[in-house]
Amino acid sequence: MTPLAPVSNSARVLLGISFFVLFIALWALATLGGFVSKTFLADPLTMLADGWSLLTQHGFLTDIGVTIWRVVGGFVLAALVAVPLGILMGTFKPIEALLEPFVSFARYLPASAFIPLLILWAGIGEMQKLLVIFIGSVFQIILMVAVTVGSVRRDLVEAAVTLGARNRGIVLRVLIPSSAPAVAEILRLVLGWAWTYVIVAELIGSSSGIGHMIIDSQALLATGQMIFGIIVIGVIGLISDFLFKAANRRLFPWSLA
Amino acid sequence: MNKLVIENLSRVFPGVRGGEPTRALEPTSLAVAENDFVTILGPSGCGKSTLLRLVAGLDTPTAGRILLDGRPVTGPGADRGMVFQSYTLFPWLTIADNIAFGLRERGVAPAERDKAVEEWLGRIGLKGFERHYPKQLSGGMQQRTAIARALANDPAILLLDEPFGALDNQTRALMQELLLGIWERTHKTILFVTHDIEEAIFLASRVLVMSARPGRIKADVAVDLPHPRHYTVKTSPEFSALKARLTEEIRAEAVLAAAEH
Repeated sequence: MTPLAPVSNSARVLLGISFFVLFIALWALATLGGFVSKTFLADPLTMLADGWSLLTQHGFLTDIGVTIWRVVGGFVLAALVAVPLGILMGTFKPIEALLEPFVSFARYLPASAFIPLLILWAGIGEMQKLLVIFIGSVFQIILMVAVTVGSVRRDLVEAAVTLGARNRGIVLRVLIPSSAPAVAEILRLVLGWAWTYVIVAELIGSSSGIGHMIIDSQALLATGQMIFGIIVIGVIGLISDFLFKAANRRLFPWSLA
Repeated sequence: MNKLVIENLSRVFPGVRGGEPTRALEPTSLAVAENDFVTILGPSGCGKSTLLRLVAGLDTPTAGRILLDGRPVTGPGADRGMVFQSYTLFPWLTIADNIAFGLRERGVAPAERDKAVEEWLGRIGLKGFERHYPKQLSGGMQQRTAIARALANDPAILLLDEPFGALDNQTRALMQELLLGIWERTHKTILFVTHDIEEAIFLASRVLVMSARPGRIKADVAVDLPHPRHYTVKTSPEFSALKARLTEEIRAEAVLAAAEH
């Protein structure tokens, strides 16, 4: 191995998959080999069987759908508010001076700590779940977008003004396109965090969703189901990540080497 | 007739953390005639880029004023095209869209934009690259596009800040010929900043030598080499004489500048 030397595409896929295989093999060894009690950790086969019964008999697909809807809903709302605000903050320094201190403060407020309050305000319905994700995502996106837009290469902006661009042109045709790939990357990152918020929101006061299934399974000591739920979240995350990356490649071919 | 008039223009940068303020440009006066190709030659840190940025409106003078076609310059505008040393093509736009950027900002109709793009692609020898992105092109090709982008906008004056500074010697020589060729055809008024003596002479009808910090113009040398200029002029006795003279002028400044750092 040479530092920073690239790896071929086939080797990359092979190595990536092999770690999954290694991980599952170790898990199987620990559980099927009898090193860990079944009460604490189900083996991979039980997990699969439990997962199958969840999907076929307990309507787990509906739970998955509900959770995805919540994540995407809260996240899209947050992005709709946060991206324009972040662009404004990054572009106009007085707006940044006005909002940045508050947003920096709000960013550290843990979304999960709002759940009791939100239940009080919005009940235990969908609105409360969306708000948890919204609060968890919106401040992060605002701040990161503002930093990205604020650090657009100064000389590109200068080139634009010497070509006759005015404020509107600079924002719409320099700052936004220049930071678009980085903003897409920020959204990808924050979507990942939104998944942790939704599960927390569903653990408390919920009657559907993956998080609700996991907390229900705890009462039954069904570790197989719990692990299946967690793995489903991981797989959905992986798929959404993949979709985001593919979309970025299509939307921003110029930003790739 | 004077295209550009600079009157007692100066720029002092305030001191950082209570330090001494930097006098980047001493009060400087200068008149550039219409259709003139003027190069500003000086060691690094002499304020030549500051002067150019002031003309472009990217920086505000501490005192003095700039008149372009008799009208005072108050900020950046499409009437002063600029080519930078760094590669400033918009990476998300194709070469064609880069060239059309200024026209689009000024609301020129698409058909007319396409015509200008077509024309400039030909002039800079990049036909067939219109759909490429900047990073797919070499440094020389990118700077050619940057020149076309500035000129497609048809500015009253073209400002170039060491545009070939990052290029290798061979590419640089070809770029000089290309720019000179464009000037010989269009006679656009040009202000060109460089620290390369040969480049300053080869391109210019007039070379201004700037002194080390604080910057001011210490010599104003007319270059009477005939046009069209062929690259072989660089080996002519007249060229060598000019080069010897400017080398002396600039050397004293370089020594001063070096002693300061």
